[in-house]
Amino acid sequence: MIAYLTSPKALRAALPAVSFGIILLIIWFYSPFAVSYMGLNLMLQYAVPITLATIAQMFIITVNDLDLSIGSFVGLTACIGATLLADTPILGILALAACVAAYVAVGALIHWRNLPSIVVTLGMSFVWLGIAVLVLPTPGGTAPGWVKAIMGLKTPFVPFPIVAAAVIGIVVHFALMRSSYGVVLRGAGGNPKAIGRAGWSLLKTKMVMFGAAGFFGVLSGLALIGLTSAGDAHIADRYTLFTIAGVILGGGEFVGGRVSPIGAVLGALTLALTPQLMGFMKIPTDWQIGALGGILIIVLALRVLINRREA
Amino acid sequence: MERNIVSFERVAKHFGAVRALDGVDLNVKPGECLGLVGHNGAGKSTLMNVLAGTLTPDTGVIGIHGKDLKSSYGVPKANENGIRCVFQELSLCPNLTVAENARIFHPSLSGWGWKTKTGAMITEKLDEIFPGHGISSGDVVGDLKIGKRQMVEIARAFTLTDTPLHLVILDEPTSSLDAITARQLLEFVRKVVGDGLSCILISHVLGEVLEYSDRIVVMKDGLVVSERPAGDFDRNSLVAEMGNVIEMDEISEHQEREKLRGTTAVVVEVASGTQKLQAHQGEIIGLAGLAGHGQTGMLLGIYETAFGGKATGNVNGPVALVAGDRQTDGIFHLWSIAENIGVGSLSRMVRRGLIDPVAEAAIGETWQQRIKIKTPDMNNNILSLSGGNQQKALFARALASDAEIILMDDPMRGVDVGTKLEVYDLIRDEAEKGRTFLWYTTEMDELYNCDHTYVFRDGLIVADLSREELTEEKILHSSFKETA
Amino acid sequence: MNSLPIFKRLVEKPWIWSYVGMIVVWLATISYTGGKGGADVLTAALSFATFTVIVGIGQMFVITTGPGNVDLSIPATISFSGAVAMKIMDGSNSMLLIGLIVSLGCGLVVGVFNYMLIRVLRIPPIIATLSSSFLVLSTAIAYGRGLKIKPPGLLAEFATAQIYGVPILAIVVAGFAVVMGVVLNRTIYGRSVLAIGQNMRAAWLAGIKVEKIRFATYVLSAVLAALCGFVLAGFSGGASLNMGEEYLLGSIAVVVIGGTSVAGGKANVPGIWGAAMFMFLLVTMLNTFGASAGVRLILTGLIIVTVITIAGGDKPQR
Repeated sequence: MIAYLTSPKALRAALPAVSFGIILLIIWFYSPFAVSYMGLNLMLQYAVPITLATIAQMFIITVNDLDLSIGSFVGLTACIGATLLADTPILGILALAACVAAYVAVGALIHWRNLPSIVVTLGMSFVWLGIAVLVLPTPGGTAPGWVKAIMGLKTPFVPFPIVAAAVIGIVVHFALMRSSYGVVLRGAGGNPKAIGRAGWSLLKTKMVMFGAAGFFGVLSGLALIGLTSAGDAHIADRYTLFTIAGVILGGGEFVGGRVSPIGAVLGALTLALTPQLMGFMKIPTDWQIGALGGILIIVLALRVLINRREA
Repeated sequence: MERNIVSFERVAKHFGAVRALDGVDLNVKPGECLGLVGHNGAGKSTLMNVLAGTLTPDTGVIGIHGKDLKSSYGVPKANENGIRCVFQELSLCPNLTVAENARIFHPSLSGWGWKTKTGAMITEKLDEIFPGHGISSGDVVGDLKIGKRQMVEIARAFTLTDTPLHLVILDEPTSSLDAITARQLLEFVRKVVGDGLSCILISHVLGEVLEYSDRIVVMKDGLVVSERPAGDFDRNSLVAEMGNVIEMDEISEHQEREKLRGTTAVVVEVASGTQKLQAHQGEIIGLAGLAGHGQTGMLLGIYETAFGGKATGNVNGPVALVAGDRQTDGIFHLWSIAENIGVGSLSRMVRRGLIDPVAEAAIGETWQQRIKIKTPDMNNNILSLSGGNQQKALFARALASDAEIILMDDPMRGVDVGTKLEVYDLIRDEAEKGRTFLWYTTEMDELYNCDHTYVFRDGLIVADLSREELTEEKILHSSFKETA
Repeated sequence: MNSLPIFKRLVEKPWIWSYVGMIVVWLATISYTGGKGGADVLTAALSFATFTVIVGIGQMFVITTGPGNVDLSIPATISFSGAVAMKIMDGSNSMLLIGLIVSLGCGLVVGVFNYMLIRVLRIPPIIATLSSSFLVLSTAIAYGRGLKIKPPGLLAEFATAQIYGVPILAIVVAGFAVVMGVVLNRTIYGRSVLAIGQNMRAAWLAGIKVEKIRFATYVLSAVLAALCGFVLAGFSGGASLNMGEEYLLGSIAVVVIGGTSVAGGKANVPGIWGAAMFMFLLVTMLNTFGASAGVRLILTGLIIVTVITIAGGDKPQR
């Protein structure tokens, strides 16, 4: 049993949960009150949109690509949500569906021309931002009431952000890790040649994964305006970096289809807590992003150490 | 009369000038185990890729269950007709579990409970073939050792769902298995063949093929040269059928020079198992054996040692390598012929801190003459050359450099005879001048150019032959294991 | 008859299209304004393109070392170096040289750090440079808190000076670009970069010191980003913490539009100038036409995606 617990595999799997636990523990040390229903509700307020966007990024990373446009895409969907969806719901839903379709098309284009995803998504980030600015030139608008109502839910005993994150994690876990087509999708990241040889369409796997990413991007944008109630094209600019960090903190790897939805959710929660932690530790806010980089490097270094022991 | 599962007629496949298959007839009857043997490059793998649907032949009749499917044959058709292949390079997804990899193979395994169903199916098959295998259906394939991965891949090929299963191709299935599991597999093959399934068994362990096949097909130079019941063969007759007829007169002139080993300084010395590889200055050392048995690894070890990486032995002198796999290890596809040659001698072309185009052109010119690269202009792209001439350019790169030890990684694969003879002469010349050559080759006749030959098997040197001792028979006997 | 081969040879150059684009966009702009301000537009374009060219050259060398290689820490390094230099010089001309040295030193540190992450921790370059950019940006923010320091007069003068409407800085950087073009094509370093980008394994087997070259390339990129931060701070009257932001896409875009292959092994310096001018003139043109900020952004993004789609697919033959 102990041998299993200290095996590289178990250590790797435990890393996201352990890092989340450590951060929570330190916060508790500084301020026991913070780790309560009210405190967690407040601290993890923005965890839901970050979690959704992180899942979107994870889908892209599963098929060995990287999305540098998810931040501005979430910004765009937030703008649509705060304007079209609130004013003319049908038009809003159509617009959001078109956004998802655009993601599918980007995935197809990347596969068809065998393009480097970072250049394509970097270009697309301007397109999303541009459309967002056209839809909502200055910050404003209002979120639809039902979105606000969902995000303002008061769940019994366990704070809503934690419930929501758990639901997201479990749903995606079943879809990607347990379903029979999820196997094919992950296999497309692990050994595309073998998947192709077994008769599956690689184009379809890419389109499905980009589509799923687009869908979760939309959800993230809506969740965000549910909290802020107003939209802004630049509202989620930092999400691009957060989501990549979240997937990696959660034990995902950049190539080879090795990802973990539960891990990604934990990674996103860890990221959402980091600023609070720094607040408690009285570290100037200037170092917030730096801490993110530091955490990333430390986690990656730990992983190299664990892997080296395995070899 | 029972209908053949496979009946190929005059199947041919050319890669450029290389005739990988030169009109092959092949029949597989239901309920038989067909052994397929041949030296490297005899065309076995190409034939099996055609059968598995991953390669389309140029001409010939692809008869499957009595119908000619030539035009429409491909991977889906192969699956439909119950033909499966266990390829040498693993086609498992390392990030998925054993059960999940089985699922990839069977689109019908979906819906609720697929995981349990698939897990039970693959476990049952593993139990059946490899009792005591110690693999769980939940294990991630990437975490398994290579031998266990091969067991999973084999077991997967024998699993049954709604698609039929008539023929399983086993291409070197025992290469990563230990003696016990290899025997388990072969016993299993006999059992399923008894139940009416057919198998094609390709193996470099001749004992396995002789003992477990019903019929043996011998291939050589893209042709089937012999086809008889297994009982009519023995080890020696099989080796004799596989051998090449060497045009001795063409190369005899190279053989006169007999060198006394040990008269010059040792420039390379590497231990390998209980044996030791030694090269003296000015020698041409042959590295023989079947492909992928550690020869390339030996050369790369020497290369790395020379460049100050991990030391695997002693290497005295600058080293250059001539790649065998031109596309992945050799050419720079965006560059001209002259640039491809010059890249090995960059530091000698620098005048006042900059690469001198005149010096670069001069090196190109010199070697175009010396090695006879057929091109109107050395500034043309390297891909404008034929394969043989591309290979010459790679030789020129190594020989133009200041290296004293030249490593050759089976560089003559798929090169025409004329080019070969020219290069042999050049190698002799350069050896006379004091350069040392370590020459990995899978072609028998090239070994006759070597002063000394080491035979490799399973990553180690298993035979150490001087020029007088060298015979094709000895090489083949050392290359193939007696039994599993 | 003689002009035909020259024309043909020009068309075959991968960088020619960025210049064609630049001229078309410029002509469209001045024809809209009836020829007014044509020269001024060019002067402005030269001024602003200069900075993109400096970082673009570094990014070009990184991208040329092959797929997966890209430096995402350029924006952070620009801000960091600018902030540090301004604070050290504190507006004093006498500190100019020290400021420059310290600024370049910042780049050196970032470059070495990036390569360490890639080599020692075996982190893919994209993630390595991203992580380090977080650290660098935070350092810049913390260090440059409340930054309102004017650059030394001499630096500001130099960065904004013009001769007959041509910015001095643009002339200097054009000269630098020529030097880097020679480095790319005529030095062992440049040849090695091109070889590694085509096939890293073949390069190693051909005797090229692959890791040393990659090290030098990441350091070069970071040092050029630092240099850009230094002159940019001089040009815009002081450093600001987000002044590097637009150069993340900018540096990659000029490399791609300039005809350098993202698959690696094929690069050219002239295209970077053409692409940088084109990008600036495009925005100017859209401004002249009265296009809104949103439309400008959309078109910029679409042009990059279009160029990469057309240029893509030139994978090494297998």
